[in-house]
Amino acid sequence: MGLIAALLVQGGQMALVLIAAPLVVGLVRKVKARLLRRRGPSPIQPYRDLVRLARKEVVLAENASWLFRAAPYLIFAATWVAAALVPTFARGLMFSWTADLIAITALLGSARFFLALAGLDVGTGFGGIGSSREVLIASLAEPAMLLMVFSLALVAGSTQLSTVAEVMSSSAGLRVSLGLALIALVMVALAENSRIPIDNPATHLELTMVHEAMVLEYSGRHLAMVELASALKLTLYLSLIACLFAPWGLARAGAPAGAYLLGTALFAGKIAIGAVLLAVFETAIAKMRVFRVPEFLGAALMLGLLGTLLLFFSRSL
Amino acid sequence: MQSAGVVLATAGLSLAAAVAGAAVGTRRGGTAIVYAVSLAACTIALAAALAHLLGSAEPSAVTLPLGLPWIGAHFRVDALSAFFLVVVNLGGAAASLYALGYGRHEESPGRVLPFFPAFLAGMNLVVLADDAFAFLVSWEFMSLVSWALVISHHREHENVRAGYIYLVMASFGTLALLLAFGLLAGPGGAYDFASMRAAEPTALVGSLALALVLLGAGSKAGLVPLHVWLPLAHPAAPSHVSALMSGVMTKIAIYAFVRVAFDLIGAPAWWQGMTVLSLGASSAVLGVLYALMQRDLKRLLAYSTIENVGIVFLGLGLALAFRADGLGAGAALNATGLRDIERLGGLIRRMPYTSFAFLVGCVAITGLPPLNGFASEWLTFQAILQSPDLPQWALKFSVPAAGGMLALSAALAAACFVKAFGVSFLGRPRSGAAETAREVDRFSLAAMLALAALCVGAGLVPGVILDALSPVSLSLVAERMPVQATQPWLSVIPIAEARSSYNGLLVFAFVAASAGLAALAIHRFASRAVRRAPAWDCGFPQPSPITQYTGASFSQPIRRVFGSVVFRARERVEIPPPGDPRPARIAVQLRDLVWEGLYEPIAAGVGFAAQKLNKLQFLTIRRYLSLVFVALVSLLVVLALWV
Repeated sequence: MGLIAALLVQGGQMALVLIAAPLVVGLVRKVKARLLRRRGPSPIQPYRDLVRLARKEVVLAENASWLFRAAPYLIFAATWVAAALVPTFARGLMFSWTADLIAITALLGSARFFLALAGLDVGTGFGGIGSSREVLIASLAEPAMLLMVFSLALVAGSTQLSTVAEVMSSSAGLRVSLGLALIALVMVALAENSRIPIDNPATHLELTMVHEAMVLEYSGRHLAMVELASALKLTLYLSLIACLFAPWGLARAGAPAGAYLLGTALFAGKIAIGAVLLAVFETAIAKMRVFRVPEFLGAALMLGLLGTLLLFFSRSL
Repeated sequence: MQSAGVVLATAGLSLAAAVAGAAVGTRRGGTAIVYAVSLAACTIALAAALAHLLGSAEPSAVTLPLGLPWIGAHFRVDALSAFFLVVVNLGGAAASLYALGYGRHEESPGRVLPFFPAFLAGMNLVVLADDAFAFLVSWEFMSLVSWALVISHHREHENVRAGYIYLVMASFGTLALLLAFGLLAGPGGAYDFASMRAAEPTALVGSLALALVLLGAGSKAGLVPLHVWLPLAHPAAPSHVSALMSGVMTKIAIYAFVRVAFDLIGAPAWWQGMTVLSLGASSAVLGVLYALMQRDLKRLLAYSTIENVGIVFLGLGLALAFRADGLGAGAALNATGLRDIERLGGLIRRMPYTSFAFLVGCVAITGLPPLNGFASEWLTFQAILQSPDLPQWALKFSVPAAGGMLALSAALAAACFVKAFGVSFLGRPRSGAAETAREVDRFSLAAMLALAALCVGAGLVPGVILDALSPVSLSLVAERMPVQATQPWLSVIPIAEARSSYNGLLVFAFVAASAGLAALAIHRFASRAVRRAPAWDCGFPQPSPITQYTGASFSQPIRRVFGSVVFRARERVEIPPPGDPRPARIAVQLRDLVWEGLYEPIAAGVGFAAQKLNKLQFLTIRRYLSLVFVALVSLLVVLALWV
């Protein structure tokens, strides 16, 4: 009985992130449109887009290889697994020990590796420029992310997200290093999800040729997979921030059903707040030049390093 | 008793094959015989080493009445050398298998055949050696034979220069090792490793010896700033040999360092660990940055070897600094990062199997889950996190910085291999040769696919491999990680489950299952129609393949961010005014500051001294006699003052 319940909770977590992901994207778009005094599409528009794309035929470039066709599924799967490993409404899930935060970061790295390769596969200028810039951004964002992980792990004594969330909700308190880590994580999240000011998810024209330029050759169901993966990634980062810095209301393993329901409701609330904040931030700020991006991410890297160094000096900072 | 004897016998077999290679080198069929014999020798030695590693923990020793008459040559296999024997012979077997096919295209087999088996024998003997004399002779043998392989295509001017620089650096490395062993042997001249192990060197002797070993082994491993020969020499050799040099010989250098630093010298001081740590970190980052700037794929791989070696040394430095358990194993696992997959020259459509093997290799080297590279990287990160309570302030600064450097080099390595794979295998063919490329032959394919399978296997069950390695770390740091085989689902849990755990098998299963499910569901319920059409490219597709991204343009943003400091990169763009028919030009200038700052002054100094000493050649006999007399008297005076 316990096993079946644990499996159900684990399955619920996987389904929840998958179902919530397009809604998060739709919500951000809707709020942005309202802030610009447009009406904007309904928040469930991304679901309609995905269904429509999945039903369409794929138009494949003549010289596209097997890698180009396999990559969308690999990218989707790696992102989904990573997103399912971040506690959303409960902690101590059945498979939560499979991979820790470092492994989650690396799984996202795998997804990006294949996406960048797919961008180069057809051999067009757009794909090349997108891949090239994507790996530049990743080469700075990944170390910043890992240093942020270091400072969290030093506070919590663990890289396991369930344990970290438990420590953060009970005994961590306010610390300088955690503040620095939060800022670094938000900066990394903006860069990793190709949001303003790094990239603009609404266009692929010259100024913002990163993510959208890389997936330009994709169409039909392949594009649906890539879009779903990027929505999952946004949800992953929002739930990561929620799980690390607002870990309240996460149900324990084996808690009554009411605790799970409360956890789910709280999760929905946290993600909605995150999405609204993101939309407000994106509306308020301008896109920066590509060659300013390293400075932005370098700052994130230094903040992460500073946080870790502080903890190496004193565990109470 | 047996395993040392068996491996020695296979080394003898390889040497016999080398002699045979010299005899039959030019005849038809000779190539196949020589490589088949080396394959057999490597397989037997591999089996013996594996049996030793998994079975008995008892070291086995053999003494041959060779070499100096009152010493003999001692050979011994313990857990550490058994592990490195596995690495050597695995690489050797794969390279021999590959060469069975590839070697047929060699235009001058007489220059490769005798040396290839001899190189394998030399590497095995270094790992086996149990006294300083046998070690140094094998080491020098290995260096000289590999030098002969580097200049086997001697008609190309570049290769001769590479061979010259390699020879100089190799002699320098042996000199440093010779002095290190001299220091460790002490005034009594106890040159076998057993008595060195028993002796407790003083702090000064210990750190001097460590510095010398770091120079000697580091120059062979390509540790920055002793790396300059590596990207020249490795690509110059035939492909199967350069795979051996990158994949195996650098690991031999790591073996030498581990053997001397951990086993023979003993208790290290914290600042020694920090030196190794910082050298490793800078090698990792600089190596991958150099690799990103390369156009030549083999040279790119050579630089990435430097990065890999840097990461291993970083792990070793951590182990030296705080003797954390299991670190040796992490670094050792890193050393197995089988990076021998080194064939290229085609496209994914023309060479599907080769490109698949290369892709697996790229993912493994880059350290992406679920392959083996990630498992070792993950362990190193855990090691950094394990020890924040260090007593020394300098270490408190440098360990997190080293973690950041490791993360940076990992991310840059991903960029580097996206470039390597993307530009050489993906895209549209850039030349006629690439358009008509054909898949390589069966033997080469078998070798590459076997290595790719090993990378996947080692990544899926890292716990099993860590268990196999535990005698190694046990002998190094006298501590061991908890046994991993008893963990459910073969996961890796260094300390406790609540702290950290990683399960390659499950991650792989989850990713594979969800990718399969997604593909199945979409094809079943949505659409499976495909239409082939010209590339979209935003409506303006350019038919010419030169419009696609090249390697140089791919790495341009990274060059601009990191290169302006590290390489003093300068770009000069000339755009003619409108109406002028001349083409626009861009010139990029990169400078190797290590070469200019360190090696050119030394070379100039040596040249200057040689010029001055040249006068000594043209003295009269009386002057020579008085010179000898003065030298003798001054030596006697020194001796009189000393004693």
